[in-house]
Amino acid sequence: MLLIKCPYCDEDRPELEFHYEGEAHIARPPDPSTLNDEQWAEFLYVRSNSRGPHRERWRHLHGCGRFFNAARNTVTDKFIVTYKQGEHPAIDGDDVEPSP
Amino acid sequence: MGDFSAVALFRHALSGHRQWPAQWRSPDPKQSYDVVIVGGGGHGLATAYYLAKEHGPLRIAVLEKGWIGSGNTGRNTTIIRSNYLWEASAGIYDHALTLWRDLSSELNYNVMFSPRGVMMLAHSLHDEQVFKRHIHANRLAGVDNEWLTPQQAKDFCPVLDIDPDRRYPVIGAAFQRRGGVARHDAVAWGYARAADRLGVDIIQNCEVTAIDRGSDGAVRGLETSRGRIEGGRIGVVAAGNTSVIMEMAGVRMPIETYPLQALVSEPVKPIFPCVVMSNTVHAYISQSDKGELVIGASTDQYVSYSQTGGLHVTSHALEAVNEMFPMFRRLRMLRTWGGRVDVTVDRSPIIGKTPVPGLFVNCGWGTGGFKATPGSGHVFAATIANDEPHPLAAPFSLERFRTGEFIDEAAAAAVSH
Amino acid sequence: MTQSFRTASGGLVDRNRPLTFSFDGQQLEGFAGDTLASALLANGVHLVGRSFKYHRPRGIVTAGAEDPNGLVQIARDAARETPNLRVTQIDLYGGLTATSQNCWPSLRWDLGAVAGIAAPLIPAGFYYKTFIGPRWLGASRTWSRIFEPMIRRAAGLGRAPSRPDPDTYINRFAHCDVLVVGAGPAGLAAARSAVLAGAKVILCDEQSEFGGSLLHESQSLLDGLSAREWLNRQVQELESAGVTMLKRTTAFGYYADNMVALAQRLTDHVADVSAGAPRERLWQVRAREVVIAAGAIERSMVFPNNDRPGVMLADAARSYLNRYGVLVGRRAVITTACDSAYAAALDLHASGIEVAAVCDLRQQAPPALASQIEARGIRLMPATTIANTTGGKRVTGVIINGDASGTNKQSIDCDVVLMCGGWTPSVHLHSQSHGRLRWDADELVYAPSDKRQGQQSAGACTGRFTMPEVLADGDAAGSKAATSVGLPTAKPSLPEAENWVSYSGGHLGMSDTTQPTSLSKAFVDLQNDVTAADIELAIREGFRSIEHIKRYTTSGMATDQGKTSNLHALAIAANVTGRSIPEIGLTSFRQPYTPVTFGTLAGSGRGYLIDPLRTPASDPWARAHHAVFEDVGQWRRAQYFPNTGEDRRAAMQRECAATRNAVGIFDASTLGKIEVVGPDALVFLERMYVNSLTSLKPGRCRYAVLLNEAGFIIDDGIIARLSDDRFHVTTTTGAAAPVLNLMEDYLQTEWPELDVWLTSITEQWATIAVQGPRAREVLGDVCPELDLDHTAFPHMSVIECELQGVPARIFRVSFTGELGFEINIPTGYGLSLWEAFSEAANTAGGCVYGTDTMHALRAEKGYIIVGQETDGTMVPDDVGLAWVIGKNKLDFVGKRSLDRVGQRRSDRPQLVGLLTESPKTVLEEGAQVTADSNPPAGTAALGFVSSAYYSATLDRSIALAMVAGGRARIGERLFIPMPDQSIAVEVVAPVFFDAPGDRLNG
Repeated sequence: MLLIKCPYCDEDRPELEFHYEGEAHIARPPDPSTLNDEQWAEFLYVRSNSRGPHRERWRHLHGCGRFFNAARNTVTDKFIVTYKQGEHPAIDGDDVEPSP
Repeated sequence: MGDFSAVALFRHALSGHRQWPAQWRSPDPKQSYDVVIVGGGGHGLATAYYLAKEHGPLRIAVLEKGWIGSGNTGRNTTIIRSNYLWEASAGIYDHALTLWRDLSSELNYNVMFSPRGVMMLAHSLHDEQVFKRHIHANRLAGVDNEWLTPQQAKDFCPVLDIDPDRRYPVIGAAFQRRGGVARHDAVAWGYARAADRLGVDIIQNCEVTAIDRGSDGAVRGLETSRGRIEGGRIGVVAAGNTSVIMEMAGVRMPIETYPLQALVSEPVKPIFPCVVMSNTVHAYISQSDKGELVIGASTDQYVSYSQTGGLHVTSHALEAVNEMFPMFRRLRMLRTWGGRVDVTVDRSPIIGKTPVPGLFVNCGWGTGGFKATPGSGHVFAATIANDEPHPLAAPFSLERFRTGEFIDEAAAAAVSH
Repeated sequence: MTQSFRTASGGLVDRNRPLTFSFDGQQLEGFAGDTLASALLANGVHLVGRSFKYHRPRGIVTAGAEDPNGLVQIARDAARETPNLRVTQIDLYGGLTATSQNCWPSLRWDLGAVAGIAAPLIPAGFYYKTFIGPRWLGASRTWSRIFEPMIRRAAGLGRAPSRPDPDTYINRFAHCDVLVVGAGPAGLAAARSAVLAGAKVILCDEQSEFGGSLLHESQSLLDGLSAREWLNRQVQELESAGVTMLKRTTAFGYYADNMVALAQRLTDHVADVSAGAPRERLWQVRAREVVIAAGAIERSMVFPNNDRPGVMLADAARSYLNRYGVLVGRRAVITTACDSAYAAALDLHASGIEVAAVCDLRQQAPPALASQIEARGIRLMPATTIANTTGGKRVTGVIINGDASGTNKQSIDCDVVLMCGGWTPSVHLHSQSHGRLRWDADELVYAPSDKRQGQQSAGACTGRFTMPEVLADGDAAGSKAATSVGLPTAKPSLPEAENWVSYSGGHLGMSDTTQPTSLSKAFVDLQNDVTAADIELAIREGFRSIEHIKRYTTSGMATDQGKTSNLHALAIAANVTGRSIPEIGLTSFRQPYTPVTFGTLAGSGRGYLIDPLRTPASDPWARAHHAVFEDVGQWRRAQYFPNTGEDRRAAMQRECAATRNAVGIFDASTLGKIEVVGPDALVFLERMYVNSLTSLKPGRCRYAVLLNEAGFIIDDGIIARLSDDRFHVTTTTGAAAPVLNLMEDYLQTEWPELDVWLTSITEQWATIAVQGPRAREVLGDVCPELDLDHTAFPHMSVIECELQGVPARIFRVSFTGELGFEINIPTGYGLSLWEAFSEAANTAGGCVYGTDTMHALRAEKGYIIVGQETDGTMVPDDVGLAWVIGKNKLDFVGKRSLDRVGQRRSDRPQLVGLLTESPKTVLEEGAQVTADSNPPAGTAALGFVSSAYYSATLDRSIALAMVAGGRARIGERLFIPMPDQSIAVEVVAPVFFDAPGDRLNG
């Protein structure tokens, strides 16, 4: 059971309080109707599924209820950093600009 | 290179078993092959075998990063069934089931396929509706699946607790008699030995590090930890590493990889005659020939390549097992392990061509790939050989993510595999 | 004569407390403080079991958790049977009843031993090569019908209990600064330095006493005290310093983020267990730092027939002598490659056991020890291995190889052979924590190297094999752990160790590599009957990775997980392939360290505690009135309320008719309810739901549909606008939590600029539906203060009011097609309101109804149920809900996906009604729809029956179905193929009753 630091509560809490919410920094297109099927499928389904540092979303469901982001190493399952929405701390292994 | 048989066993006993040949060669990679299969699990080895057997002559190699069968093939709970809802799914899984039946003699290797029956428990009226829909759809498709009352389920599996005063009582079960289990390692080894005998080079400890594409975009070859290998066609069958390998060819995949845990008990004398699955309380259970209860848990919630998961997931599966079979509460967990499962949004696999000419992919089997091994290999081999999806593979194309034509077993079935 | 192998004095057993127990029906005596193993040995019993494959007689080998052979079945009573328990781990209690396993008819005369005769035919992996069967018979059949049942019967160890386990298990979460695993010298030193630094410390040990190797240490002096005196003092000090001390507690799993799981055995050692006392406890300890002081495990040696009862580990024999006062035999031969066996030889000799010879496999015996041995007149034979053993159910002698040529053989009679192949550090927990291991070719051990978590290994589990090193290492680890958690370093003085025993030296693989292995039964894995020859065979057949070898031979896969043998398998593989041990690889160390009871892992998650049961307000009334219930998600809902003698269908018919003709009362409290509040609440809901809501006035309601981003229907419900900025939104029963989560997701992450608050109010409001032509009358009876006039309170409107001083929200909505109201009242008042309504309904000729009737009435109207007509693959148009979509909306969740090819196909499933030609025939839900009356196998279905009922209103069967291109098929005759017949149906529009909807406005 992972130990996760909620950046809003600033507390390390057990994984049971949290809900995983998928890859982070995939913003919903402002006007989906302008996307072709290919682009829409990319938004909906294609995921980086990184082996190593992975930007992902969690929700402190049984806590403050907030959605927040994290970078976690998917090989070791260790969290590198958890951070509030709107933040984007750099981590080792960053090689791409994040989408907004 | 003799055949395996009781007679051969007797003959070799006379020489103290010192004369058995290797079951497969350990060749160095050649410079080039017609087809290179990336991934030496059951699906990859089966693909190579059927390519060699049905589409040859071809120069074929299977590249395996570790040892063959080291991924999900050697880590699953070996459940085999084909009673899926949609025609496309029932089609491919039943094709596999048909191949399972004669696989031991096909490969001259006892894969211990044991069609002892797979029972999926219904715990609510909603489960009952869903399972009956499966049963009717399966009957129409020619796939066996029947409804059992709680008593009938208990008659077949006497240790099942059907007390109606349970948190989630058993109100019936969908039962596929032709379903069962097999010996997972033997499937990899059997396919490896049979493919090797047909000339396939099985190259272990060979990690792919890059995929090389020509100016026309088509694949030309691979860089590996054992040197460059040219290949006109490349089939990626690398569950648990699909995204990583496909990324090497510039293809981003609609899959995510999750840990899936399983465990066995200490061995006990035969007590459990079939396979029982319950999605509502989340556990799958059967008994191996060695006597261990083999128990599957659910996936952990996060993407991970660690092949480990949380204790709470194991505990949850055992809560479920203890509820369904309260006499097992004193048994003991001997060993746990984790696999990596590639999950698609509709919980159905991806088999077929990719946007890159010459590159083929077979992945996304989620938690249920083992059962499909022979069928998956068979249709994938045809797809690679003909550069055209096998009819049973066609619905499982990558295209469906663009068109929205899903084969959603998860949503429709309310049951995972 | 009982306990004839007990010493006259000594040991930690309580000789004033004799205990009787039985083994295979034989009454025996031991003492309090014994394990079952020591008590059996005290009675001269070595033979305790039969091996897995060949059914060879097997005896006790070790004195700890690693024993490969000593597995028995313990029965406290008929329901409290436990198989596969290890005699070395069972604390003796009076009346203990143990039986041997895997033998028939008896342990001494086991028919299964014929497998030994067939042994040449059944080497490793034999089953892959045979039982394949002729193809014409169906290959799988030969196996699964003939051979597999035989194999299965022969396999397995003990018997599973046949009755539900009445015992309870509990769990505890704990936090500490430092968890110390293992209370041997290193663990004690670590706990001491950590607690003196001020750390909160938990110390656990798998044994029934703290002390580890100190418990049987006879020679060493610590701070001038005997090991036992020093140990007692340490334990006292730690206890008074506030260390949480856990005996009989195995740290079995190291998980992510420094969570270590411990299994504590609470009552298995007690004769009379008080009723309700939990049997075991699971500890989930989140430690800031962990010190692993798990010690080392003595290795066996691999030589022909090394499995006869009486062949055991040397230090185990010393433990039986010094800790339990038990002589493992009368005449011993010792074979060793390690210094520690010399201590055994000296102790055994001192106790009166004749030590016939000490055969040291090494070229040179350690000089200091050699002189001590020789001083006692014990024969010391360096460079000597055992060529074979003699005996049957007990070893009677050994044949030794006096030199490497193998020519100088001689026999020595003995009744025990004590072996020591060296010591293997217990790196299990370190490895489970994803720490790395390094191979130490000098000490022949895998030792911990890099770590990934906040832990350190200390003592023998790091490959340190002398007492001063172990103590210093433990002490340093404890200090370092304390420092790591921010505490000042305490500098306790290190104890002075004298006369300590060295545990160094060892050998891996066959003791005598010059012998051909295939001719002998030299066992590597005793429990799984894997010989050195089996490992060689696997390699010959191409299995090179140790994982392959393990899987092919099953070496190390038995219940002891190869603790005494795995390194031998590695070494044999390395030797045969000419590679180094690290090149062979290492199998992974998986949780658990030793087996853990299923009940312990599930803990209190049992019965109704496995998942919370949610009940609606009317539940007590429904139970009192003998309702029949169904589970819907976590909820228990009343399915129907049978009158005396009524079956399900009769009850439903009556409830339906009463509702259509008069009034029905239904508890809809399980529907999810979300309050959406804020200046941007309307904008938010517009973006979430397919509907256009801008025209929704305060006081009005609208039926609404929610899609996921993939365009598929995931929920429906009512959106009621209470005021400009306040909405009361309902969801289906199962979707309440996921819909709220989805809304929060969009609100927090996509549209954080919207000023909206979401609150779950499902639990706050009980919801009671009053439906039927007399609904207004019944509602008026109970709530006379309301103005229920149609113009004041029209269909699809909502009022907030007070009922007798209690706040209420009343919706005029209908899921039956009748005039209907849904009254929301604070949950605490739900039951009394329900009682009032049920009484009023009775008076008005109506009744209460359950989910069956709810389903049937809505089906007559063609209202869908999400999850029944839809299955996660339906878009609004499929179920005839395209009209719900706001025509001019540019965007909402899922809109873009509706434009894909797959969602626009003309052959998509569409909601239709089906009428059976025979009106009494009720279709089965889930049945398939075909064009052909007798479709051949493999025919693709046109669709499926989603809902089917006998309609009391229409006095005929009705059904809803999802049929490909169904709306264009209205009027067609289709078929429902069933196993026994094909049922003809007519496709009709999916509304069977009151199509104009007049009754809603009644």
